Amino acid sequence: MKQRGIAIGIFWAVLLVTLAVRAPAFFDFANLRDMEVVNAPALIVAVGMTLIILAGEIDVSVGSQFAVASVVAGTLAKAGVPLPLVALLTALVGAGFGAVNGALVTLFGVPSIVATLAAMAFWRELLRWVTQGAWVEGLPANFQWMGLSQPQGELAILVAAAAIFGVFAWGLRHWQAGRAIYAVGSNRESARLAGLPVTGISMAVFVLMGTLTALAGVLDSVRFSQVQSSAGAGLELKAISAVVIGGAAITGGRGTLWGTLLGASVLAVIAPALTFLGINAFWEKAIQGGIILGAIVLERLSARGGGRSR
Amino acid sequence: MRALKGVSFDLQAGEVHALVGENGAGKSTLIKILTGAVEPDLGSIFLAGERVAGNSPHHSRALGIAAVYQQPAIFPHLTVAENLALVNETGGLARRVRWADRVRTARELLATIGAEIDPEREAGTLSMPEQQLVEIAKALGANVRVLILDEPTASLTEVETERLFGIVGRLRAQGTGIIYISHRLEELGRIADRITVLRDGESVATRQASETTPQQLISLMAGRELAAVFPKRVVPIGDVVFSVKGVGGVSFQVRAGEILGVAGLVGAGRTELAETLFGITPAASGTVQVNGKTVVVRSPEDAIRAGIAYVPEDRRRHGIVGDLPLRANTTLAILDRISANTLLDQQAERALATDWVLRLGVKTDGIDAPANSLSGGNQQKVAISRWLVTEPKVLILDEPTQGIDVGAKAECHRIMCDLAEKGLAIVMISSELSEILGMSDRIAVMRAGAIVGVVERSAATGEGLLALALGHGALGQSE
Repeated sequence: MKQRGIAIGIFWAVLLVTLAVRAPAFFDFANLRDMEVVNAPALIVAVGMTLIILAGEIDVSVGSQFAVASVVAGTLAKAGVPLPLVALLTALVGAGFGAVNGALVTLFGVPSIVATLAAMAFWRELLRWVTQGAWVEGLPANFQWMGLSQPQGELAILVAAAAIFGVFAWGLRHWQAGRAIYAVGSNRESARLAGLPVTGISMAVFVLMGTLTALAGVLDSVRFSQVQSSAGAGLELKAISAVVIGGAAITGGRGTLWGTLLGASVLAVIAPALTFLGINAFWEKAIQGGIILGAIVLERLSARGGGRSR
Repeated sequence: MRALKGVSFDLQAGEVHALVGENGAGKSTLIKILTGAVEPDLGSIFLAGERVAGNSPHHSRALGIAAVYQQPAIFPHLTVAENLALVNETGGLARRVRWADRVRTARELLATIGAEIDPEREAGTLSMPEQQLVEIAKALGANVRVLILDEPTASLTEVETERLFGIVGRLRAQGTGIIYISHRLEELGRIADRITVLRDGESVATRQASETTPQQLISLMAGRELAAVFPKRVVPIGDVVFSVKGVGGVSFQVRAGEILGVAGLVGAGRTELAETLFGITPAASGTVQVNGKTVVVRSPEDAIRAGIAYVPEDRRRHGIVGDLPLRANTTLAILDRISANTLLDQQAERALATDWVLRLGVKTDGIDAPANSLSGGNQQKVAISRWLVTEPKVLILDEPTQGIDVGAKAECHRIMCDLAEKGLAIVMISSELSEILGMSDRIAVMRAGAIVGVVERSAATGEGLLALALGHGALGQSE
C-alpha cells in the first residue's frame, strides 16, 4: 500500500512538474482555486466512499443520491427555507437514502453492489419522473454562494470540505468506530466474535455515505443560480476511483483517507492538465482507467511480495 | 508439516480394503495423494503393476481412480445429468452438446447402481444420500478401477447404508478395488475384506477383516502412549467456575485452575458446543453459570461480558484480523476499555500490546506489524492475547495448537498451564489425542453432539478415549 502511495505520488508530481514547465498558467491562483472548488464536493463523496470500501461494502448509488439531494436543496431554498435549515434537511434526506441501502444490505442480506445498483436506478428515474428533467430555477438571491460574495462563498466551500475531511481522517484513526470499520472490512467474522456490533457498523457507513453525499450536493448546488436535475452523473465512479487509486483494498480493511485525498487530487488534475497541455480531452477517461489499472496491479504486486505467510 | 511418514498399502481387484485411524492419522492425506491432489515427496503408487508418475487429479481420473467424499462435491445448480457429463464426456469445450444422449447416459449410469433419480433434476435439490449416489455414478461412468469411499455411511440411515453396501458388493463382484474409510468399526466386519490401520502417518497393521475385532482395531489405532513431553503442571484446583447444565443436551463443570479436555472425532459436535456457549449460535435451553451466577449468553458480546472467552479453531477466518496491526488485534475485544469517550487511547493500547507480546513471547517486527505478517504460531498467540486481555474467567480453546510448529506448540501449552495456575477455568477442544492426554485434568469425550463419558487424568488412556469416541463405551472408563 505504501509503495502504491509513493508510485501515485510520483506520477502526480511528474504531472505537476510537466505542467509547470509546459503550461505555467496552470498554476495561476484563479485556476487552482477553481479546480479545488469544482472538486471539493467530489472529495466529500470520496470520504464517504472510503468508509464504505474500508468496511467491505460498495455504494454505486451516490450519483443518484447526489442529484436528488441537489434538487431537494434547491426546491427547499426556493420555498423560502433558510439556508442552514436547507443543509440540515437535505442531509437528513441523504441519511435516509443511506439507511435504505444499509437496511437492504444488513437486514435482507442483499449484496451491496446489487442493493445500491437498484437504488442508483430507482432514485435517478424517480427524480426524472418528478422533475420531468426540468431544472430548479428562480432561486432566491441568498442561495448562490450562500448569499456571500463569490470569493467568500468559494472559500466557505473549501473550508467545509477541508473540515469534513479533517474530522474523518482524524476520527478513522482515533475513534473506536474507526477501528471497528477496519476490523469489519478486514474480517467480519472475527470482528463479530470480538463482540463488535458488525450490523450496526455496516448500517452506519451507509448512513454516513448518504449524509455526506447530500452535503456535497448542497455545496455543489450553491455554485450556481439554478440546480440541474442531472447533477452527479458518473460521481460514483469518480469517488470509487479516488479511493482505489488512493491505495485502499477494494475488498475492505485496508486504506486511508490521506490516500483518498491523493487519489482525488490526481483525478482532479488530469482533465485540466490535458486542456493545458493541448491534448484532446477524449483521452481523460482512458488515462483515468490506466491509472486505476496501474494502481491495482501495483497492489497485487506488493501484496505478493509483502511477506505474507501462508 | 508431514502428515504421512510411511504408508504401505495394497489393493486387489475385487477387494474392499478398509482404512481406519484416529483424527489426523493421515487418511485424508493418503486420499489426496492417490487422487493426485497433492504430490508425495517420497514413495510411489503402482496401478496394475505400472508405476504412476507425475500424478494429477486429471491423470488419476484417467487411470480410473475416483473418490467419493463425505461431503459430495456436486455442482448444485446443474442437473444430475450435467454433473455426470462434466467428468464423463470427453472432447473439447467447443463440441456440441447432445442433450438427449447426455440424459440417457445419466439414466443408464444411475440404473446400474439401482438409484431412482431423475437425471434432469437440479443436483442441489437432492438429499445427501442421493447426492452420494450421483457421486458414485460419476465414478462408475469414468470406468473406475479404484473407488475410494470416504466415510460414506456417516450421514446415511440404516436402510440407505444397506443399499450402499449392496452397491459396494456389486462393484466388488465386477472387479473394482474399493478403499473404504470409516469410523464405524462394527460395519467393517460386514463390508471389508482387509483392514489397514493408520497411526501418525504410518500404516501399523493390515488384518483380514474376518479375523479381527473392533477392540483390536482400537488398540492398534491408539497405539502405545508416546511419552510426549507436555509442560503440564498440576496446580491446585479451586471452586467450580463454569457450570453448564443441559445446553444443547450437554452438561459439565470446570473448576478454577482446571483444564477440561474435550475429545471426540471430527464432527462429534465439539466446535458446535463451543459456539453455543459463546453465543454465536445461542442455545434454546439449558443454563450456564459463571462463578455461581447464572448468565444469559445470546451473543458474543454477552459472553465477553460474562467472562467467557473463545479462541476459535480457524485462526485465519475467525481469529486474527490480518490487515490490522498486531496491537489492534490485541485490543479488538476491549475497545471500550481502552477508550475514553469513544476515543481510542493509543498510548494505553501500545503499552498493553507490548506487554502481551513480551508475556507470551510473540515473535514480531513490532506491534505495528500487520497480523498477516506473523507465523502461524505467533498469530495464535495474538489470537489468545486478544481474549486474555478481556480478563476472562473461562477460556474456551478450540484446537489451540493446530497447524503450528512444535516449538510454538510447547509454548502455547506452557501459557495454558500459566493461565490455569492463575485460576482460569479452561476448556480445551483438541483432536490430538496426545495433547488431550498430556494437558487435561479431566477429559470429556463427545460423540454425536453429546458427552458420552468423562474420564479423570489418572484413569485416561488413548485406547479408552478412542473407544468412547467411536461408540464402544464399554472399553472406556465412563463415569
